Amino acid sequence: MDPADGEPVTSPHTKRKALVIGASSGMGASLVRQLVREGYAVGGVARRGEHLEALGEELGDAGARFVHRAHDVTAAAEAPGVFDELVTELGGLDLFIYAAGVMPDVGPEEYDTEKDLAMIDVNLGGCVTWTNLAARLFHTQRSGTIVGVGSVAGDRGRRGAPVYGATKAGLATYFESLRNRLAERRVRVVTVKPGMIETPMTAHLDELMMPVSAERAAADILKAARGRLFDVRHVPLRWLPVSLIIRAIPSFLFRRMSI
Amino acid sequence: MAPMDPKEGPGLPRRSRPTTLGPGAGLEYVEGWGMSAGARSRVWRPRSPEEVAEALAGARARGASVALRGSGCSYGDASINREGDVVDVTRMNKILSFDEETGVADCEGGVTIRDLWRHALPRGFWPKVVSGTMYPTLAGAAGMNIHGKNNYKVGTIGDAIQDIDLVLPSGERVLASREERPDLFHAAIGGFGMLGAITRVRIATKKIHSGDIDVAGISVPNIGAMLEYVDAHTDTADYLVGWVDCFGSGDAAGRGLIHHARYLGPGEDPEPERTLRLDHQALPSSILGFPKSEVWRILRLLANEPGMRLLNYTKHQMGKLEQRGGWYRQSHAAFNFLLDFVPNWKFAYGRQPGEGLIQYQVFLPAESAHDGFKEILRRQQQRGIVSYLGVLKRHRPDPFLLTHGLDGWSMAMDFKVTDKRRHDLSSMCDELTRLVLERGGRFYFAKDSVLGPRAVEAMFDRDKLAAFRALKGELDPTEMLQTDLWRRAFGTAGVYTMSA
Repeated sequence: MDPADGEPVTSPHTKRKALVIGASSGMGASLVRQLVREGYAVGGVARRGEHLEALGEELGDAGARFVHRAHDVTAAAEAPGVFDELVTELGGLDLFIYAAGVMPDVGPEEYDTEKDLAMIDVNLGGCVTWTNLAARLFHTQRSGTIVGVGSVAGDRGRRGAPVYGATKAGLATYFESLRNRLAERRVRVVTVKPGMIETPMTAHLDELMMPVSAERAAADILKAARGRLFDVRHVPLRWLPVSLIIRAIPSFLFRRMSI
Repeated sequence: MAPMDPKEGPGLPRRSRPTTLGPGAGLEYVEGWGMSAGARSRVWRPRSPEEVAEALAGARARGASVALRGSGCSYGDASINREGDVVDVTRMNKILSFDEETGVADCEGGVTIRDLWRHALPRGFWPKVVSGTMYPTLAGAAGMNIHGKNNYKVGTIGDAIQDIDLVLPSGERVLASREERPDLFHAAIGGFGMLGAITRVRIATKKIHSGDIDVAGISVPNIGAMLEYVDAHTDTADYLVGWVDCFGSGDAAGRGLIHHARYLGPGEDPEPERTLRLDHQALPSSILGFPKSEVWRILRLLANEPGMRLLNYTKHQMGKLEQRGGWYRQSHAAFNFLLDFVPNWKFAYGRQPGEGLIQYQVFLPAESAHDGFKEILRRQQQRGIVSYLGVLKRHRPDPFLLTHGLDGWSMAMDFKVTDKRRHDLSSMCDELTRLVLERGGRFYFAKDSVLGPRAVEAMFDRDKLAAFRALKGELDPTEMLQTDLWRRAFGTAGVYTMSA
């Protein structure tokens, strides 16, 4: 479904256009399904092109409103070209969601720099590369919504995921800056912080706390993107009090706990 | 862990950290200063003439057209390219040299008028020609051949420029001056970026003896009195500019306030070392007690017919008071850059897509100016679409191929654009355009949003227009350099105006 040239996939009747990075699985794929169902024209980017193809087929007739590119977010030099093509095919952009992220299994005694830098490259480097592109477009057009998928893992430095947590904390700070920078331009910037979501990324974990499905998480993310109440939104919302409590635990106690 | 390659030194091979992001292209919404026209384009920001050539070659390889853009201060669609890329030269902003004896500055194309005056002033010089805002780049200013409030006296910025470097669409870099390639020099200045990218500008500045300038406000009851005063003082005044209340009608049509200014001679300023410092040139940080960055929000409340009628009336009355005060001293920056006093004042005209303003600046020969301006004011009042701001200036002819300069006058008018009144506004501009052309008048591309090909044919000398087109065909046979303005005003449509 790649009309590589010619007419945008949107008609004048398509009101909204969205771009989802990390669209092939988990929350990203659920976001694509829901947005397309609502009538959005959606662009999807993911490393695995065959998963995007499959998603397009799964959408059936509505798949005509889904355009996609296989792209590795760590290939920063390629990103402007991919962004340019997709936005041109969509005929504009209103909503940008960065949902790409990796969380390899890291053992309690593991200090694997290769693995850690890979996480930084995708979760933070790719995020900055892609979100900058959307931010520049939204800044200059004075409208748009940017959503970044952070994590409750970024709230504290937990023993289990030093670098994963750091990338998500970094994302939250980066997004807070963008929010403040773009407010004057009427661009909305939302950080969502999912708790534990049933996605391929978390499949290797033994036990999830208060898990919800990726579909449910995606619905909450879109609600947060459109709402005005939260700039930072826990998904599902019941993670908010949990997060507040976890953040309040003093460090000397926190290090004795296995959370 | 991956084995370490001694040639690469210590460290891990990163996945694919880009070695270069090129001249920095990204998709942006590019709009004219008046915000009523804009389009998404891939924007390149080269840092050197080599990178300009690279960006042009890249566009050629992809079959894309390219618009050249400086700071984007043209009101309309002069640096917008709905169908292709934009090359923005603002990163090429080094002042290469400044001769402290003669005041000649050699600058990269992206150096702004602000950069230039801030460099020149502490050395005792001031740019010969500046616009009402200090943000245009010299490349953009040369491409548009801008003028200041002293056009009648010193000509346009092209008259102050000694030579320029251009990167042609072929990628070739050439120097043009009055001696070397004079045809190209006189066509590229005022050629609105259609012949090549101006990457270097050598420009003369004027020796000054003070950071201040003597200014007097002269309140006038109508357009006739305004023209008369200005004509009587062009020999002695260094700057003359008229503000016009476009709501004045009948005998009061064209009432307003003239600002008459003159440079101080040696010894007139008791402490030039103080006034020639940059801190003396700072614009006020607040206006009537409001922080200036927020003042546009107040103007927004007044950006309607009754509000602007009131604001113009009040300003006219204040002008009478100003006249009573007699001569006063003002810094060069404060006198020249009125448009920069209220940052983002254009937001008062609306910020939603499609909202904004157009500026419509008409140039009339001296003999038809009086009647012409009166008629223009009358017709806009009749239609109920009155300019919220009118500015009157005196001009003189210059040697550039597609120049707006003539022995006569111009009146610049700002019209609010909304979706609702877009149609009525176009139809009025069409009527006024014909009226101006009938009287032998002209227009100016930096301000234009409406001209069609027939107007362009009517306002320029036939031979000069043909010479420009021939040069364009020679240097840019595939018409790679294009803008929305080029397609609108130099296309094939048989119309006098069309809306941008």
